[in-house]
Formats: sequence, C-alpha cells, structure tokens
Amino acid sequence: MTEIGFHSLCKKFKKTSVIDDLNLTIENREFFTFVGPSGCGKSTILNMVAGLESITSGMITFDGHSIDGLPPGERDIAMVFQSYALYPHMTVRENLAFPLSVRKVPSADRQREVEKIAALLALTPFLSRLPRELSGGQRQRVALGRALIRKPKVFLMDEPLSNLDAKLRIEMRTELKRLHREFPVTTIYVTHDQEEAMALSDRIALLHEGALRQCGPPQEVYAAPANLFSAGFIGSPPMNFIEGTLLLDLPFLASRLAEYRNQPFIAGIRPTDLRITGEKRENTLSGRVLFLETTGETTWIDLEWRGNRIRGKTGPVRRTARDETAYFTIPPEKLHLFDKSSGERLW
Amino acid sequence: MKRLVFAALLMLVSLYCLGPFLWQGLTSLKTAADLTRLPPLLPHPPTLEHYRSIFAGHPLLRIIANSFIVATASTVLALSIGSLAAFALAKLPVPGKGAVLLLVLSTSMFPPIATVSPLYLLIRAAGLRDSPVSLILTYTSFTLPLTLWVLTHFFRNIPDELYRAARIDGCTPWQSFTRIMLPLAAPGIFATAILVFIFSWNEFLFALTFTSTTASRTIPVGIALFPGLHEIPWGEIAAASVVVTLPLLFLVFFFQRRIIEGLTAGAVKG
Ligand SMILES: Nc1ncnc2c1ncn2[C@@H]1O[C@H](COP(=O)(O)OP(=O)(O)O)[C@@H](O)[C@H]1O
Ligand SMILES: [Mg+2]
Repeated sequence: MTEIGFHSLCKKFKKTSVIDDLNLTIENREFFTFVGPSGCGKSTILNMVAGLESITSGMITFDGHSIDGLPPGERDIAMVFQSYALYPHMTVRENLAFPLSVRKVPSADRQREVEKIAALLALTPFLSRLPRELSGGQRQRVALGRALIRKPKVFLMDEPLSNLDAKLRIEMRTELKRLHREFPVTTIYVTHDQEEAMALSDRIALLHEGALRQCGPPQEVYAAPANLFSAGFIGSPPMNFIEGTLLLDLPFLASRLAEYRNQPFIAGIRPTDLRITGEKRENTLSGRVLFLETTGETTWIDLEWRGNRIRGKTGPVRRTARDETAYFTIPPEKLHLFDKSSGERLW
Repeated sequence: MKRLVFAALLMLVSLYCLGPFLWQGLTSLKTAADLTRLPPLLPHPPTLEHYRSIFAGHPLLRIIANSFIVATASTVLALSIGSLAAFALAKLPVPGKGAVLLLVLSTSMFPPIATVSPLYLLIRAAGLRDSPVSLILTYTSFTLPLTLWVLTHFFRNIPDELYRAARIDGCTPWQSFTRIMLPLAAPGIFATAILVFIFSWNEFLFALTFTSTTASRTIPVGIALFPGLHEIPWGEIAAASVVVTLPLLFLVFFFQRRIIEGLTAGAVKG
C-alpha cells in the first residue's frame, strides 16, 4: 500500500552528477521498471530508495511522507540483487528466516513462514542446503523468497534475472509476474534489457545519462517513442533511422512529410514495419541485399538504400542472396519523425 | 620421476626448516657429558634429566602462564579493535580511508629498538612496569597495523551486496558485522590471530625491558635468563624451548583446520 514519489531528486558522486532532477510518482501496487543502458544510474536510484545511498538533494516519499534519514531496515522494503546476495554460511532455511530473525519474530512463526514461502517457490526439498549447493535458478528463488517472507511495503529488484541463462530468464519472468499478482506490492524493477522491461511492467521509465527520457506503459513507449534515444533503445531489432532529406522526393510520402519540408528531421521506421518483397510493385523502393539473418519464423534482411543501411522483415521462405536486389515499402503511417537537433518527436 | 624430484625437494626444504628444532630436541635429551662431545652424536643413552630440572628448579610454569596470558590478551584485543576498524574501513562510508590505512602502516615502520626507550618511560610513568598489562598494551599496538591491513583486505573481498542485503533485512551496521561479515571473514580472523599470538609469544626486546621478575616475565626472556652457575645450561635451555614450542604447534594445527574450513565455507560467490 505504498505510493512512491521522487521530488527533484539529484545525486552526485563527488562532482559527477549521476541523477539530475528526477520527478516521478510510482503508483500503489504498480510494477514499475527503470530501464536504460548500464551506467545510467538505475542502481543508484534503487539504492537511494533503499537508504543504502545518500541523497544529494531533493526528496523521496512513501505515501507522501519523506523517508529521508530512515535506515534501510526501517523503510519496510525488500530487495533482490543481481548476484542474489545469499548469505553463503547459512542454509536456505536460515537465509529465508534471516529477515524475520533479525526482527525477533518468534521461532514458531518463523518456521511456519519459511515453510509457506518454500512451498510457494518450490524450495522445500532444498531447505537444509547451502547456497553453493544450489543451481542459479534455485538461488534466484531463494533470493526472491527472502524478499517476500517479510511482506514488505515495497519491492526493489536490481537486475535480478541478468545472471540466468536465456531459457531460465524467460521462465522467471513468468514467475515474477505470478508473484506480483499474488502479492500486489509496489515494485521497482531495474534492468538494462528493454525486452524484459516491456514484458514485465505496468509502466517503464527510460533513463539515459541521469535524465528521464520517457515514462509510460510499454505499448505506449513502443508505439510513440518521445525522442531519438527512446526510439533507438526500445524495440528489437532496433529502429532504422534515415535522414529526412533522403525521403522528401518520394511521392508516396509527400503528403505525410509536407509540413516538415523546411525543417531538418530524422525519420525512424521499425524493421517489423518495413516489409521486403521479391518483386517490384507500386510504391516499392529497391535496395541491395547486404546481410540476412533467419530466426525461423521471420528473416531479417539488411539493405543498402541511398547510402543507408536499413533493416527490414520478410516471411520465412524468401530466397534472397547477398548483393541481389530486393524491394521494400515504407508505410507512411508507420514513420516516426524526430527533430534533428533536439531529437524530440515531431509526429 | 618428476614426483620423485618434487618429493626430494620437499624433504630438503622441510629438513632445512626443521633442522634447528630437531637439533634442539636432540640437545634436550643429551647428558651433560654428551653435550660437548665432538663430533656431535645421537644422545645415548637419552636422558630426561633436563626436563626434570627445568620444572623443579625454575618457575617455568609461571612463565608459561604469563606468556599465555599476555599473548591471548594481546590477540583478543588486537583482533577486536582491528576487525571493527577494518570492517568500517572496508564497508562503511568513512572519509579518507586511504589516508587512514597509510597512516597506520607508517606507524609500523619504526624499528622496535627506536621506540623501546620512550615506551619504557611511558610505561614507568603509568606505573605498569613489571606488569603483564605493559606487554599486552605494547603488543596490541604493534600488531594492530598488520591486523588492520590483513582484515581490511578480507572484508573488502566480501561482496558489498551481502552487507547491503543484511542492512535491508533489518540489521544495524553492528548486527551485520556480527551476523554476516564476521563469520565470512573467519579465515582472515584466524590467520591474523595466529600471527599476532606467535608474535606476542616470541617477542623479546620489550619483554626484557619492561619486566623484571617472574611476576610478569615471559618465555623468551625467562629462557634467556636461565641462571647458570659456571656455564650456560644448554641442555635445560633446549628442554625449555621444546616445552614452550609445543603449545604453539598445537595452536597452529588447531587453527589451521579452522582456516581451511573457513576458506571452503566462505569461498562461494553469493
Ligand atoms: N560509489 C560510487 N562512487 C562513484 N561513482 C559511482 C558510485 N556508484 C556508482 N557510480 C557511478 O554512477 C553511475 C551510475 O551507476 P549505477 O547506478 O550503478 O548504474 P547502472 O545500475 O544503471 O548500471 C556510473 O557511472 C558509476 O560509475
Ligand atoms: Mg546496476
């Protein structure tokens, strides 16, 4: 039951500014994700919420009350770390019970809670093992269990899935979603993986160089990236960018681009929206094939067109070879336009 | 072949290290007449006479007890202070950590002979002359730099995230020290404890200067001052050396097991 507010939050290490004037409200029970390239300050934000890192200026509030000065243990938060941070000298049982034992919960209650959490996370057979005797996925679940057992007001997760292999990572995503449904606690999640952020979150916040670049539901950020950074970061494979002047003479885009004729702009189009065909049709452009990559269902093709390398999509059975000519269309309604100097979205 | 060479080399090194001890052990078993015979031979017949006489004629037990008290107290003090300071330097936001560590190191640069007279004056002024306390304080201060350096290194090697996790799980800094950091630094603690204990057990210069009677005299001084009437009592000195080395050996073997246990328990990445 906690709404988290960031008010003009700034963080400097010595002279370097890491977070610059962050203003944001995270709703009660929301699954909120900070996503951005590594080094952009995501962990620093989490650590400030946790009370592990001091705030240079500004304020963080829980339900409108400043939490400044509260030690981590009194903020009623739980945190899952990338390295899991399990206590290596304690068994799984002791690890799970640790937050309760520090809080002097009676032993009988502690026992009951541990059993409950272990059952929920399928850890019951491993209770008397040490962390080093567990697989990566099991350690991850112990770390989650240790966070869940206290029923905190706020969950903080710092890249909790980064150390898992690809298959397990997808499984744990589903598991995290299930847990959030069962324990609808305000959650701040941090990751550099935009796909993970999109899959998990109610809302995502895009961070870059200490500033908030865009914040909103994943579909919204995907459909209408607010700036060049957001457009390039969200979506896989990443969006193609084309200099605006290269498009001005294309008749089928003329009406779409009419009002930007006198303004330098960059056009973006996602590879999924750029359909590649084998034969020339109405409004198709032609390019030379540079590179093919098949993922089974789709084939991604890199084309050279007017000196640009652009990537498009085609069905599974297209037979094209390098250096052949291929044809593609740019659907005008799928084009994203950004101001060339500020990078902000135009349309 | 390779293994044979390796074994031979190992034997050689062991013999080189053990040589003086073996010599001492043999000497302690020789009769007075055997002692001065050239070339030196194996004791025949071996005698326990020297062992009898050191326990009968000298306050050896008292001296061993003194040493034990001084070494134990110094070890406990140095490790209590050292581990807390090292924890703070490794994990807490202390300003000027590097400077503190360098300063501490620089204090251990002075050779003991340069500090022994000023220290003697201090000890006398404090009324601690001929008291085990004088040695305990001195040894603690002399072993603290080493303790601090070794333990800071050990605490630094414990991932920060473990400390952070402990804080979030509700620990105060003190609780995270005792419940998480200390058990994980156990190998370092035991290793340092052995070094500090051995230093305090063997130290000679300060012990000679600050003590004057058996009330506070420690083993190295006690043995060196074995009264001989006409000659140096080599046999008795050897016997006493053997006796006082035994507890040390026992201690090292005991702690060694703990160190290895600690290393295997702690050497896990989260
Ligand atoms: N204790 C620190 N002292 C100095 N700089 C730091 C410290 N912690 C983090 N930084 C710097 O702050 C920036 C953001 O770090 P971090 O929040 O860990 O990034 P992220 O988690 O997004 O990868 C990085 O450039 C990093 O070098
Ligand atoms: Mg990080």
